[in-house]
Amino acid sequence: MVRFLLSGDGPRSLILSVIVALIFVALATAPFLFPGSRSLEVAARIAIFIVLVASYDLMLGYAGIVSFAHTVFFGLGAYGVALAGAHLGRGWGALAAGALGGTAVAVAVAFVIALFSLRVRAIFFAMITMAVASAVAVLVSQLSWLTGGEDGMNITIPRELTPAFRLDLEIFGTRVTGKILNYYLVFLCCTVLFLLLLRVVNSPFGRVLQAIRENAFRAEAVGYRVVIYRTVATCLSAGVAALAGSLFAIWLRYVGPDTTLASEIMIDILLMVVIGGMGTIWGAVVGATIFVLAQNYLQTLMQGAADATAALPLVPDLLNPDRWLLWLGVLFILSVYFFPTGIVGRLRARG
Amino acid sequence: MSDPLLSLRGVKTDIAQYHILHGVDLDVPRGQVTMLLGRNGAGKTTTLRTIMGLWQPHTGDILLDGDNIARQPPAIIARKGVALVPEDMGIFANLTVEENMTLAAVSGPIDKTRLEWIFAVFPPLRTFWKNPAGNLSGGQKQMLSTARAMIEERRLYLIDEPSKGLAPAIVSTLARALRDLKQAGATILMVEQNFKLAKALGDHAAVMDDGRIIWTGAMAELATDAGLQERLMGLSMEHA
Repeated sequence: MVRFLLSGDGPRSLILSVIVALIFVALATAPFLFPGSRSLEVAARIAIFIVLVASYDLMLGYAGIVSFAHTVFFGLGAYGVALAGAHLGRGWGALAAGALGGTAVAVAVAFVIALFSLRVRAIFFAMITMAVASAVAVLVSQLSWLTGGEDGMNITIPRELTPAFRLDLEIFGTRVTGKILNYYLVFLCCTVLFLLLLRVVNSPFGRVLQAIRENAFRAEAVGYRVVIYRTVATCLSAGVAALAGSLFAIWLRYVGPDTTLASEIMIDILLMVVIGGMGTIWGAVVGATIFVLAQNYLQTLMQGAADATAALPLVPDLLNPDRWLLWLGVLFILSVYFFPTGIVGRLRARG
Repeated sequence: MSDPLLSLRGVKTDIAQYHILHGVDLDVPRGQVTMLLGRNGAGKTTTLRTIMGLWQPHTGDILLDGDNIARQPPAIIARKGVALVPEDMGIFANLTVEENMTLAAVSGPIDKTRLEWIFAVFPPLRTFWKNPAGNLSGGQKQMLSTARAMIEERRLYLIDEPSKGLAPAIVSTLARALRDLKQAGATILMVEQNFKLAKALGDHAAVMDDGRIIWTGAMAELATDAGLQERLMGLSMEHA
């Protein structure tokens, strides 16, 4: 059963299996194991970014396409839910319509980008996607009558998913609220989307993508139309990213350019893919978890370390929480140096 | 010569600013093995790659059973039943032997009987079936490359120097496999520098020089005429 769900592509390393199982259990029980809104916020963000990063890995790691427009698809999904909520009102139908509408637009945009630019060299494709990402971010900021501009939009979601909704049920001393239901909606959808991506990369289609990544000429000579496969991969990846964006918007109940379209998010996605390991899908689980945890807890950890070393010269200054980005950078350089194939690649090689 | 499966008419191919093929005219008879011979740099590999669509000819026609495939994308040409075994083997090193073979079976699932035949001809492929192709030895990679072409019945096999750099034992294995393929009635156009192998397999020969076909005829005729070899290729192939 598990083998079927994982499409026969398990972690393939004992250590990695343990890590993945721990992450899964932690996310599955997060509302009760780590009560508190901050930890739930981090858990939801990890789940969503696992899917977002995995969808990007389908393009970068499996098909060898370097794109900087992934946040565009993520944003389209999020704005789809926001706009549907604003125009169709609070309800499950509006959520579904927004998510599907946003996904459809994202797939259409990805199709156009792919069709016009996948024929050119990889570097030009990357530049085109960068231009599209900037253009969309500017457009969303300028069209304030539609998107709320820089202020973004608050999203109306069904009452059952809001903190105000309370069930007469307690688990491990934690009252089940709409916020927890919202979390499980996100968690379940993310699990399904992740398993779907795992199925895609282990299908004959995924094998062709890997062949194309290794040598597009050879794949073409064997009989596969590279442009078509790359276009389909881009559209699939965009669709899943848009659904992840919809989940992010539902979870935050807010969408703005900074939460979905910022270039910093694109860089974060790239870092998560590289840290976890390109072309493994499981790398997304490890990369997103480490990165989101570092983003949220590195400062706290550094504060503790700075306090503990207060008596020493220079060290507390170096460990000042304000310097967390510097240490994150150091961590990234070290991980690339010691794990050039990513953490998953290294662990699998050891296994 | 029997009815040709493939005909090249005035094919000219440029690579960047270099004119490589200066008007190739060639007929490849159906169900027989045609050896494409010539000095290094004569244009043999470019001819195979042009037929496969990997280089686009700027003029000329390439007729596969009357269908002009010149300037069609390689994937379309491959789907029309043309398989290339390239000089550099062209395997996907990060994929397993199984995945390489599955990818090569473009028209559907692998035919089990045919696979058993391939395993009988190339036993190491069964042994390393689940291993990454990049871990194979040079000879095993060549076996895989040839087996990928053989995994389905193709209309035309384009084989580029299969024996290059391989140990004699591996060359014998490859020769056996190609002989089996020939006996099954396959049409093969093959570039080969190993004259012994070329002589053993070839029905016809076409000699190239400076991007043109300068001689065509029976392989047996070329093989027995040292003077002709000297004149066409600048050396007697028996001693090459």
